[in-house]
Amino acid sequence: MMEGDIAEMGKFIGVGLTAIGMGGAAIGVGNIAGNFLSGALRNPGAAAGQTAMLFIGIAFAEALGIFSFLVALLLMFAV
Amino acid sequence: MNEGNRIVAEANGGLSIRPMDQFEVRPLFGGDTVGMFTITNVTLWMALTVLAVTLLMVVGARGRALVPTRGQSVAEMAYGFIYKMIEDVTGRDGLRYFPYIMTIFMFVLFANLLGLIPWAFTTTSHFAVTAVLALAVFITVTVLGFVINGASFLRLFWVDSAPLALRPILALIELISYFVRPVSHSIRLAGAMMAGHAVAKVFAGFAAALGVAFFIPVLAVTALYALELLVAVIQAYVFTILTCVYLKDALHPHH
Repeated sequence: MMEGDIAEMGKFIGVGLTAIGMGGAAIGVGNIAGNFLSGALRNPGAAAGQTAMLFIGIAFAEALGIFSFLVALLLMFAV
Repeated sequence: MNEGNRIVAEANGGLSIRPMDQFEVRPLFGGDTVGMFTITNVTLWMALTVLAVTLLMVVGARGRALVPTRGQSVAEMAYGFIYKMIEDVTGRDGLRYFPYIMTIFMFVLFANLLGLIPWAFTTTSHFAVTAVLALAVFITVTVLGFVINGASFLRLFWVDSAPLALRPILALIELISYFVRPVSHSIRLAGAMMAGHAVAKVFAGFAAALGVAFFIPVLAVTALYALELLVAVIQAYVFTILTCVYLKDALHPHH
């Protein structure tokens, strides 16, 4: 049984689509962490000094995923 | 979810998990309207945050013992952590702004951690709260940049190392990214806090719905809670280190 109007349906489809954005952020964060690890294994002595850069990079990449999460929240609860 | 959706979902026998209800701002002492000076649950938990920070940093470190007590060593650890962060990211001349950055770190950290107590209110999950923090940093850093460097602060947007033809385009991009800073700075913290708490609530709702098999989601929530503890600390760290990065740009605008 189907109920509701087509605008509701479009809203939920849109919310689902924003999950792609979060997937992109996940790829970005994984990329940063993986590259940091491979660099750190080659030169463990220099790794400790670069953890701050690691977190800054992760924060920047993660922010874009959170932006898409925000769009999802706005669609679900505000529109 | 709006009212119509909720009724439809409940009529279909579906789950009625409303993960966003925990972020509702309510007046503490009766009434429904939230005015400019209404005492709300946000006010209460912000006051508790300030109280907790004061207890740790003032009362906890009061003894100044050579062999520190537990409270004192935690206070000293936080102090040393932020001191080293500013020294590493901003350079030694950034240490003049240590009190401000320490205040931001302790406030955000304690607001995040207190929000993890069940039935507590996470003040940092609201954009209004984090936006004020981020805008304060943004305005401070911009004013500071112009006061210290004068008009040469604008060279932050003029990338000397790039080819001349590219520089105007890069200047435009740098300008936009400069003004997006307070947006991303605040939304990152509020979004991460809100997302974590909403997910925990959804999983807790599964536990209520599953009946006998409730222990599976409860285990998941426990693991999630540990992750949230990590996220709370990391987001406070990230918020502070980005403040340091922005401060560095104000003190040394040359690329």
